[in-house]
Amino acid sequence: MAVLRFRLNGRPVEIPDPAPTQTLLDWLREEKALTGTKEGCNEGDCGACTVMVTGPSGPRALNACILFLPQIEGLSVRTVEGLAGENGLHPVQEAMVEHHGSQCGFCTPGIVMSLAVAQMQGRQDWDDVLAGNLCRCTGYAPILRAAEAASALSSPALDPQEVSPPRQDLDDFADWYADHPGAVLVGGATDVGLWVTKALRELPEVAFLSQVAGLDRIEETPDGLRIGAMVDMERLRGAVAPHYADLAEMLRRFASVQVRNAATIGGNIANGSPIGDSPPALIALGARLTLRRAAVRREIPLEDFFLDYGKQDRAPGEFVESVFIPAQPDRLRCYKVSKRFDQDISAVCGCFALTIESGGIVAARIAFGGVAATPKRARAVETFLVGKPWSEATIRSAQPIFAEDYSPISDMRASAAYRARLCGNLLMRYFLETEGATAIRLAGEALA
Amino acid sequence: MTVHRSLPHESGPLHVTGTARYVDDVPLPPGALHLAFGLSDRARARITAMDLDAVRAAPGVVAVLTAADLPGANDVSPSPVPEPMLAEGEVFFHGQPLFLVVAESHLAARKAARLGKVSYEDLPALLTIDDGLAVDSLIEPPVEYLRGAPEPAIAAAAHVIEGTMEIGGQEHFYLEGQAAHAVPGEGDEILVLSSTQHPSEIQHKVAHALHVPFNAVRVEMRRMGGGFGGKESQGNALAVSCAVAARLTGRPCAMRYDRDDDMVITGKRHPFQVRYRAGVAADGRLEGIVFEQFCNCGWSNDLSLPVADRAMLHADNAYFLPHVRITSHRVKTNLCSFTAFRGFGGPQGLVGIERVMDHIAASLRLDPLSVRQANLYDREGPRTVTPYHMVVEDNVAPELIADLAVRADYAERRAGIAAFNAESRVLKRGIALTPVKFGISFTLTHLNQAGALVHVYTDGSVHLNHGGTEMGQGLHTKVAQVAAGVFGLPLGAVRITATDTGKVPNTSATAASSGSDLNGMAVKAACDTIADRLRDFAAERWQIDRDAIRFEGGEVVIGAERLRFAELVEAAYMARVQLSATGYYATPKVQWDRRAGRGRPFYYFAYGAAVTEVAIDTLTGEYRILRADILHDVGASLNPAIDIGQIEGAYVQGAGWLTTEELVWDGQGRLRTHAPSTYKIPCASDRPQVFNVALWDGRNREETIHRSKAVGEPPFMLGVSALMAISDAIAACGDGSRYVALDAPATPERVLRAVDAQRGIAW
Repeated sequence: MAVLRFRLNGRPVEIPDPAPTQTLLDWLREEKALTGTKEGCNEGDCGACTVMVTGPSGPRALNACILFLPQIEGLSVRTVEGLAGENGLHPVQEAMVEHHGSQCGFCTPGIVMSLAVAQMQGRQDWDDVLAGNLCRCTGYAPILRAAEAASALSSPALDPQEVSPPRQDLDDFADWYADHPGAVLVGGATDVGLWVTKALRELPEVAFLSQVAGLDRIEETPDGLRIGAMVDMERLRGAVAPHYADLAEMLRRFASVQVRNAATIGGNIANGSPIGDSPPALIALGARLTLRRAAVRREIPLEDFFLDYGKQDRAPGEFVESVFIPAQPDRLRCYKVSKRFDQDISAVCGCFALTIESGGIVAARIAFGGVAATPKRARAVETFLVGKPWSEATIRSAQPIFAEDYSPISDMRASAAYRARLCGNLLMRYFLETEGATAIRLAGEALA
Repeated sequence: MTVHRSLPHESGPLHVTGTARYVDDVPLPPGALHLAFGLSDRARARITAMDLDAVRAAPGVVAVLTAADLPGANDVSPSPVPEPMLAEGEVFFHGQPLFLVVAESHLAARKAARLGKVSYEDLPALLTIDDGLAVDSLIEPPVEYLRGAPEPAIAAAAHVIEGTMEIGGQEHFYLEGQAAHAVPGEGDEILVLSSTQHPSEIQHKVAHALHVPFNAVRVEMRRMGGGFGGKESQGNALAVSCAVAARLTGRPCAMRYDRDDDMVITGKRHPFQVRYRAGVAADGRLEGIVFEQFCNCGWSNDLSLPVADRAMLHADNAYFLPHVRITSHRVKTNLCSFTAFRGFGGPQGLVGIERVMDHIAASLRLDPLSVRQANLYDREGPRTVTPYHMVVEDNVAPELIADLAVRADYAERRAGIAAFNAESRVLKRGIALTPVKFGISFTLTHLNQAGALVHVYTDGSVHLNHGGTEMGQGLHTKVAQVAAGVFGLPLGAVRITATDTGKVPNTSATAASSGSDLNGMAVKAACDTIADRLRDFAAERWQIDRDAIRFEGGEVVIGAERLRFAELVEAAYMARVQLSATGYYATPKVQWDRRAGRGRPFYYFAYGAAVTEVAIDTLTGEYRILRADILHDVGASLNPAIDIGQIEGAYVQGAGWLTTEELVWDGQGRLRTHAPSTYKIPCASDRPQVFNVALWDGRNREETIHRSKAVGEPPFMLGVSALMAISDAIAACGDGSRYVALDAPATPERVLRAVDAQRGIAW
């Protein structure tokens, strides 16, 4: 890359020959002396580094600590220093002062930026807007009061949406990658970012998929939904919501706004993590994965992509191009269980899609994350269930069979015994919910 | 008056615009170097060889220091027992600093620090309280408080309950990690910027490390991005490292821990085990009780002795214990050295007796609130004496609890929850009211003193310093309100600049909730001195009685005349009146014999109570806090908005400690929860969905600053009600024959295990 161009707080910026893995946060703090954006964790979990990044689809909140400079090429970045106008504080800033929303003040710039983006988007779902902004002082109550107060006011115009992200032709990229199979592919950098900020790895050759045209398309046909690898989790959530409400709800609890705005479906699949939340849901939906090497594409069932821990069915030079979700009636339920309710990695994520006809089970797809070395179907349980009557007795008989499918491990998130117990219990929840039980989850009306 | 008003935080506009500076935001002079520690990857071992060639050869590395390279004391301990900053031949916990890398950038230092090749001879590591007890590994002999004859009282009681509770530690997770700068001055002088609650201790440690007198070291601290006790002693190592490296290289040095390093290296709240055996009358009143507290101190003393003392001092909470023995075991293990954290042992002691109350209610099938009320200290009479023989003179708990129970509809909601639980198969609800009585004063009596320095300039503006540090708690706002109040000035006329050992010397840590009590009084004393001089001057100049002179609304009223404050000040200056003063305060009445467990360790108590309602999911153990109602005693509040902010924040932090905040060490003593991805502090949706906080209407009966009370720590323990509410919801899954006995933190996994235990399912 020769010269990197973007806008910072309204002014054009050019960086000649930037280091591809320099983070926006380090650049702001160390080279621009813009120290309002804070480093709290350097891994995208605390939100103290939240900045507003405006692209073709409008403003978004992103974590600057795991955002590499090339990812913002052609976009417009606004930091907390650039929020107040000539006429004084931004309404969010004013409300935060007036409602005592800052105590130590260290998380405050990030919170201000998250709320400023929410205000521009007209969002008022504060728990979601702020799930990725940790505050250790206030208990959030005064911040929520400030958010309410500010949302009643209009948002000042900030960045014009004249942005021009670069676009490389997809075919050219595919050819290039086939010739450079050692390159690290960066989607949203929510995973690769930590290789740099935490593992302190050098990445000699990096390709930024955000600069490749056509990987972020969502195509909807009567046959189903085709999701491009670079579709971020927030867009995915919107796309699946009309079809699979429970998947959308699970994705609401997937990390935080800042992370969902960056993290891509392709990355969540291709990194092969046993605790990624989207694979079990997609496997339960019978999704198929399109892999591409140069001009050659192949399509495989998603579950076949995950071979073993850290090992996927992906040849050198081959990349995940898209995932296809076949159209089907919405039988899907996704149960994400984590230590903290929001913005936590799952201890277990169980996804179920069973077809019940005339009181009997005619088809079953069950997939779990967090209970094996990969996201994995519960084939023994599925086999047992098919042909059985849809009854509580069947469920009770099926519960112990999860032990044939999964041998979970104990780690800092949960013990093996807890994970094993959850498998059976989540099947029971699926039964109860499909039998019409309402208000049996810790959400919505059940908590009123 | 500026006091008793809800004025915004003095740094609010700076916070929201990103212009409030923290240590790492301060521009470094040219040529500055950056530091990082190389860490032990064993919990307990002898170092047989340390090959640092690759570290020295790494890009950007200027120097690498081991313990042998230090010019002065290798000691960062806050206690009289030394604690090496860099390991000396042996390691005592996984993550202990071994060597110090000095490099051209933060990243270069971090990268190089991982290149050390260290050979170890492993030794047996003590990772739990039980490991330590098995080999009698204690940092001092057990301490016992005794009043009456508990064993016979228990033996004679109608009922006996006993049990053991495990109480987990807690990571501070201040949003701003530890950070320091050191800039060498002329001669042996050095300026240190440190994110610390205790600038004087930083000064002392740096002076010892450099072999210079205290007067060569100046420590400045403008603000911390959160402290919570985690910056009382844990910043010493960074400040000393910067100072030593600056001295050896002659260049400014900066050090900040990456978050993972911070969580691995620094101390946390002490994990405890509390064993109890209590004799109870049929009405739920305690007859006698024996507590054994086991405190996991980690590898070094740090502040563990006073922490363990404070746990003993809060083993009663708000309850009269007629015959009581409290024994405290201070167990030395091979984990990080546990340290100060909001409440300083008090919360662990308090959780113990709240567990006992819950257990009594369950065993006797009584309402837990009525059991708690039956056991409260009386307002007067014989049932007012604590286990440490101090008489509770200011008890407002009975009235406060009764008031809160009405405000929160406790009885009606309890009945409603029982009805809900009878119908609901998967979700269960629970409710609990728990009180707090928290002792205010440093138990190390000499620390209860403070100083201040106040200047009035001839334009009428006021500049002041005091010994306290601002970590977000609003101390500077409250203290500025006090000063503005004395001079009748608007708050904006008073500026408080960085805490500075060159301005106010020999300070105590901003800790023990004492900040505004101590420094507010010291500042008021200094302001009163100047105001008295101004009054004397005006009385003589205008030939009027001193009592006819008032400072109000930015003006001075002198009989029938009114002057702008600045005009009087200017006139006083011209008349050669001194416009600067120091102030000093020492807390009265306190005296304490810690080994004997006798005396008056506390000037007064702060009180509060909370009602929490939760819902649990009996298929997964997950839960949500639905509602919390709080009534809390801050005396006559100096700033109600700040106090309510402290209470809301403390409740959520306290509930976090007892629910999702789980520290996990593996079998090698490695902390596995060393980042926010694995260690889960509350996020926005974890706050109670309905959150009602009110201040108790009452003045402090002691003569504190404007009759206010300390607020930093006491409301932390209101979060105990969340744990007890979860316990109540779990109990709804059983038939009452088996006590829930829920340990902390009550993670979803622990909750599901307890739910299944109620249903007779073991796993």
